[in-house]
Amino acid sequence: MAEKLHFSLVSPERELFSGEVDQVDAPGTEGDFGVLPGHAPFMTTLKEGRVHVHVDQQEHVFEVRGGFADVTPQGLTILAEHAEEVA
Amino acid sequence: MASVKDLKTRITSVTSTQKITKAMQMVAAAKLRRARDAAESARPYATRMAAVIANLAAGVSGEGAPRMLVGTGSQQRELVVVATSDKGLAGGFNSSIVRAARDYIAGQIGAGKLVTVLPVGRKARDQLRRFYGERFIDAPEASVPSLAKAQEISDIITARFEAGEVDVVTLFYNRFVSVVSQVPTRRQVIPAQVSGTAPPIDLKGAIYEYEPDEETILAALLPRYLTNQILSAMLENQAGFFASQMAAMDNATRNAGEMIASLKLIMNRTRQAQITKELIEIISGAEAL
Repeated sequence: MAEKLHFSLVSPERELFSGEVDQVDAPGTEGDFGVLPGHAPFMTTLKEGRVHVHVDQQEHVFEVRGGFADVTPQGLTILAEHAEEVA
Repeated sequence: MASVKDLKTRITSVTSTQKITKAMQMVAAAKLRRARDAAESARPYATRMAAVIANLAAGVSGEGAPRMLVGTGSQQRELVVVATSDKGLAGGFNSSIVRAARDYIAGQIGAGKLVTVLPVGRKARDQLRRFYGERFIDAPEASVPSLAKAQEISDIITARFEAGEVDVVTLFYNRFVSVVSQVPTRRQVIPAQVSGTAPPIDLKGAIYEYEPDEETILAALLPRYLTNQILSAMLENQAGFFASQMAAMDNATRNAGEMIASLKLIMNRTRQAQITKELIEIISGAEAL
């Protein structure tokens, strides 16, 4: 996949992830959703759950609580009150 | 004139004071680095959140708009939140915030507004109590800035606002500009100030989708925005406090050094004068024989 999605995951304490990825799956309050490059502008609240980030066959998993996802043409931003990487 | 022994005691005392101020300066320098890192790593969240809110606020107005964003329609009752540190020995750090807040409060009271005060941190509480003690609604300590602490303060504010007891909430803190400069800053947090914080996002003609709807998102987002603003004020305060303490302790160490030097000079002179006097006495005694 040539096109990449810019994804950043930030919590009040720090920025946990920032970079170019292939796909992000997140738990929205009205259902889980996946974001691919070129997604339409979209904003939703998140429920407690896991965010899966796919980069070049690799997967990063984060546990998030109390967050928002904001998709713009510039990329996807997840603001989470609590977030940590699940090993 | 003080005796050599008295001077010696004083030099010892100043030297130990200097050791303390020197140690405090080094501790503050180390803590400053950590506090600055914390303040800096909290920035991306704050900027992004401001951008998201600005974006949302542009689409929501009129009837359904949350009161935290558009206000209650009155500006009569104001809550002033003054954030300082718990500790002192940091030069004019706390007094400069308190002075700025006091001037502002006096002005608002003069303009006939109903002002209540929420001091955050022991220093704000102690310095404001004499003037506005009867206006305090609570007095939490600042302790170490954390999300939980910011939440606690934000809950106090939100409770008052939801109960319809205040219309406007203003926050005072020291903005950390650099190690040598911290500026007392006033920021209105309710109604939320969104304009000018970030450029609107270019959607390239697409239409934003919201899940659930804009108002629900905004209503959930605004209290968090408040908490976040308080957290960043506390983090900036913390960094500023250590910077200010470092400068104050550096000054104190230098002053102590100067004092030791001048005391030593006096001590040596006194000792020399005594020796000379004794010699004169011996010589004149010998001559008399």
